[in-house]
Amino acid sequence: MRIGYYPGCSLLGSSREFDESARTVLEALDVELVEVPDWNCCGASSAHILNHELSLALPARILALAEQAGLTEVLAPCAACSNRLLSAQQHLEQHRELWAGVQEAIGLPYKGTVKVVNILEVLDRLKEHIAVKTTAPFTKKVASYYGCLLVRPPRIVNFDRPEDPQSMDRLLQAVGAIPVEWPFKTECCGAAFSVTRTDLVARLSGKLVQDAVKRGADAIVVACPMCHSNLDLRRAEINEHLQEEYTIPAMFITQVVGLALGLDPKALGLHRHMVPVEFAETAGALS
Amino acid sequence: MSSGTHHHEHADTLAWRVRQATGVKLAHCYQCGKCAAGCPVATEMDTTSCQVLRLLQYGLPEYDERVLRSESIWLCLACETCSTRCPQEVEIPKVMDFVRGEALRLNLVHPRGKDILAFHRAFLDSIEYTGRLYEMGLVADYKVRSRHFLKDVLLAPKMYVKGKLGLLPHLIRNRRGMKQLFKHTIGKG
Repeated sequence: MRIGYYPGCSLLGSSREFDESARTVLEALDVELVEVPDWNCCGASSAHILNHELSLALPARILALAEQAGLTEVLAPCAACSNRLLSAQQHLEQHRELWAGVQEAIGLPYKGTVKVVNILEVLDRLKEHIAVKTTAPFTKKVASYYGCLLVRPPRIVNFDRPEDPQSMDRLLQAVGAIPVEWPFKTECCGAAFSVTRTDLVARLSGKLVQDAVKRGADAIVVACPMCHSNLDLRRAEINEHLQEEYTIPAMFITQVVGLALGLDPKALGLHRHMVPVEFAETAGALS
Repeated sequence: MSSGTHHHEHADTLAWRVRQATGVKLAHCYQCGKCAAGCPVATEMDTTSCQVLRLLQYGLPEYDERVLRSESIWLCLACETCSTRCPQEVEIPKVMDFVRGEALRLNLVHPRGKDILAFHRAFLDSIEYTGRLYEMGLVADYKVRSRHFLKDVLLAPKMYVKGKLGLLPHLIRNRRGMKQLFKHTIGKG
């Protein structure tokens, strides 16, 4: 399989391990990633909060560059990026009158032909391949955390169920993990307030951590860099808020799949977390 | 049409501008309260999502202003829980986006919304010049704008050790194109 790849800014910095683990795992599964040439930031929350046209033009440039590179499908592992790309694409599909302005702003022709997919969709397609290649089953209890942007709003993302989604649970089961029942799968972690309202992030993400532990999970599994930052980088604030020392790690789905495939924990960026993944070393050794 | 007609009064309201800009019809809300019930930040809000919609429905200038001056519009996380559950499919985050823009334009931003605004401005400035987000630059710029100089001084070195904080920005090749893009959108004024 050959597919376009849009890492997005978080994957170059604060969530490097998501990029590392996605590339490592997909390579092991014989997927060729073609990075969108000269890609720019999707605008994230900041663009749509401050300027509607900007929130269309930034994703449009990325999609136009992908078209120009002859790509028909682009994987955006970051849930926020894939959500912004899909939102802009759909808005432009419904408002053809905006195309001229957008094309002028981006200085490129835009056709709207690229299909944007998230990491769970791609891994789901490879599920049988993953099952065959699993050499070190990840036999842990996991809380699968989808967050907001993968499943909402359903009219835009059209992926899984907006309440109680299942795709990540099935994928985790395929690599030997046991998903726990928990009601916080799609509760918000505090998202983009990590810097400006860390107090809110501590409260919202705190609820997730607390409940995942209560239900016996060994790890919280995510597919979004913002969710991961809030659950991992902000753990000190979470623990301070809850007056408790929670040590449950937050892992990217690609890291879990990678460990099950017997890949090197370092190549999966597992050493980059603030909350250490204690069992990562032994998991790799099982293979 | 004389200035006293319903139509003209209507055109002056924030609800009307919301509809013009976003297509969202606020009249569709029948106040079931499901949006506020599922909102993760409802307890922090001075005016909940449901109340924001109700205030806008009246079309009264004093109520419009109450919404524009509220802290709530800056607390919306755009998590889309409300719009997903709304039985009338009112796209509330779209309303929040638009109303924030209006609060900014009319200079009515809530004092506590100013930090959040400073963050988003710093974010956009960063990508305007480099094409990609420069996280370290963003945090530094935010500190200057918000005057929260000591925020996260302990976290940054830890992130650096973990290889999560690049000291230099990632530059795209076509930075002139990026300037052009900003000029044609947000820079139109």
